[in-house]
Amino acid sequence: MRPLHPVSPGLRTVLGISFFVLFVVFWAWITLGGNVNRIFLADPLSMLRDGWRLLVEDRFWLDILITIWRVFGGFVLASVVAVPLGIAMGAWKPVEAFLEPFVSFARYLPASAFIPLLILWAGIGELEKLLVIFVGSVFQIILIIAVKVGSTRRDLVEAAYTLGSTNNSIVKRVIMPANAPEIAETLRLVLGWAWTYVIVAELIGSSSGIGYMIINSQSRLATGQIIFGIIVIGLIGLLSDFAFKAFNRWLFPWSLA
Amino acid sequence: MSKLLIEGVSRTFAGVRGAEPVRALMPVDLAVAANDFITILGPSGCGKSTLLRIVAGLEAPSEGRVLLDGKAVTRPGPDRGMVFQSYTLFPWLTVAENIAFGLRERGMAEEERDGIVASYVDLVGLKGFENHWPKQLSGGMQQRTAIARALANDPEILLLDEPFGALDNQTRGLMQELLLGIWERRKKTVLFVTHDIEEAIFMASRVIVMTARPGRIKSDVAIDLPHPRHYTLKTSPEFSALKARLTEDIRVEAMRTADAH
Repeated sequence: MRPLHPVSPGLRTVLGISFFVLFVVFWAWITLGGNVNRIFLADPLSMLRDGWRLLVEDRFWLDILITIWRVFGGFVLASVVAVPLGIAMGAWKPVEAFLEPFVSFARYLPASAFIPLLILWAGIGELEKLLVIFVGSVFQIILIIAVKVGSTRRDLVEAAYTLGSTNNSIVKRVIMPANAPEIAETLRLVLGWAWTYVIVAELIGSSSGIGYMIINSQSRLATGQIIFGIIVIGLIGLLSDFAFKAFNRWLFPWSLA
Repeated sequence: MSKLLIEGVSRTFAGVRGAEPVRALMPVDLAVAANDFITILGPSGCGKSTLLRIVAGLEAPSEGRVLLDGKAVTRPGPDRGMVFQSYTLFPWLTVAENIAFGLRERGMAEEERDGIVASYVDLVGLKGFENHWPKQLSGGMQQRTAIARALANDPEILLLDEPFGALDNQTRGLMQELLLGIWERRKKTVLFVTHDIEEAIFMASRVIVMTARPGRIKSDVAIDLPHPRHYTLKTSPEFSALKARLTEDIRVEAMRTADAH
């Protein structure tokens, strides 16, 4: 195979789907073929059956909606705080010098370890779930955006100065639009991580959501339901990623033209 | 009175990690008359771009000062329009929006802007491309937009830092004629940095030749070739004589640069 040579769109789709097929075939083979004990791993068919029952009888779609709301709520909260801070840090070096060491430190604090504390402060309601996602995302977004903004093309900034821009309009008319696509791309990435935090938050001290269903199923050894829950998360993640990507393309046609 | 006065301007860069400071530019004195087209010719690394950036206010001189209309230059401003060698159009703005950038910064109303933008789009021959993004343009078209963007602000002086350096030869020739044509029609004070001898002679009413690093002015040659100039001028005997002279001047400097490395 020639290195770096592009693959045709048709073949790309076929190859992409065929791995999913292979994966399911392998899964079916080890479970339906009796290679693994049913208690530990459900086969694809009973997974589907369990999933159907969950949706129809146990109103699992309510859990799905609640989890989606938590992810987006926490994510929006984190973005609203982090994007302006990241831009400020990237643009003004004293702000960066002031905040960067702390944010770098806070980034390594595991969001899941905050759960007991957050429960203590905010109870086990919605606020606590949002805060877990917030804590997990906000520092990451701040740092990535600060780095991107800090590496804004200097020649564009200089060109703007020679056209009469003031310091403030450099930030508003050059730094922000120049980095907008990268900021949107960063948010798309972090939204993916938010899905991990929400499930962790729902595994502990929760009475609704996909994570709650999963931990609940564990006590009943319902591995089919667990796998169904995991796949639902994967599918929603994939869909929101697609939507986000399409939205970014629509928002910033100049960066791809 | 001179439009632009460069008085004893020099530039020394601090040494990195305890190394000796590097002298990029020896003290330079230069007086530029209004509506003069001056080209600054020198081997690469001679500090000619540094000099231009000091005039633009993008860098501070280590010594000396720059006066534009008698006022000292301390920072960049719209009275000194600049065209860079690299493509510096704002990629998120269309051609028309790029040209309007300076006018918008000035707070000009949109209707008024539109008229000015249209006239400059016309001037640089980009009619029909107003709504294109920079990515969709060739290098020559991008630089034409950059020239229009700088001129639309109606600066006191236009600074160009090897604006055609990244273009192929044919495009470069066309761009030279375009810029010169604009200058012949709407007089403007221009400072144009280049390392291309032909370009320096063809464009200029005065060529300033700089020495190898640390740069200083080696010679100051008036170019009395008639206007309007046409590309055929480049093959005339007068042009060849000037070219021979400047080639000799520059060659000595280029060899000194090469020896230093």
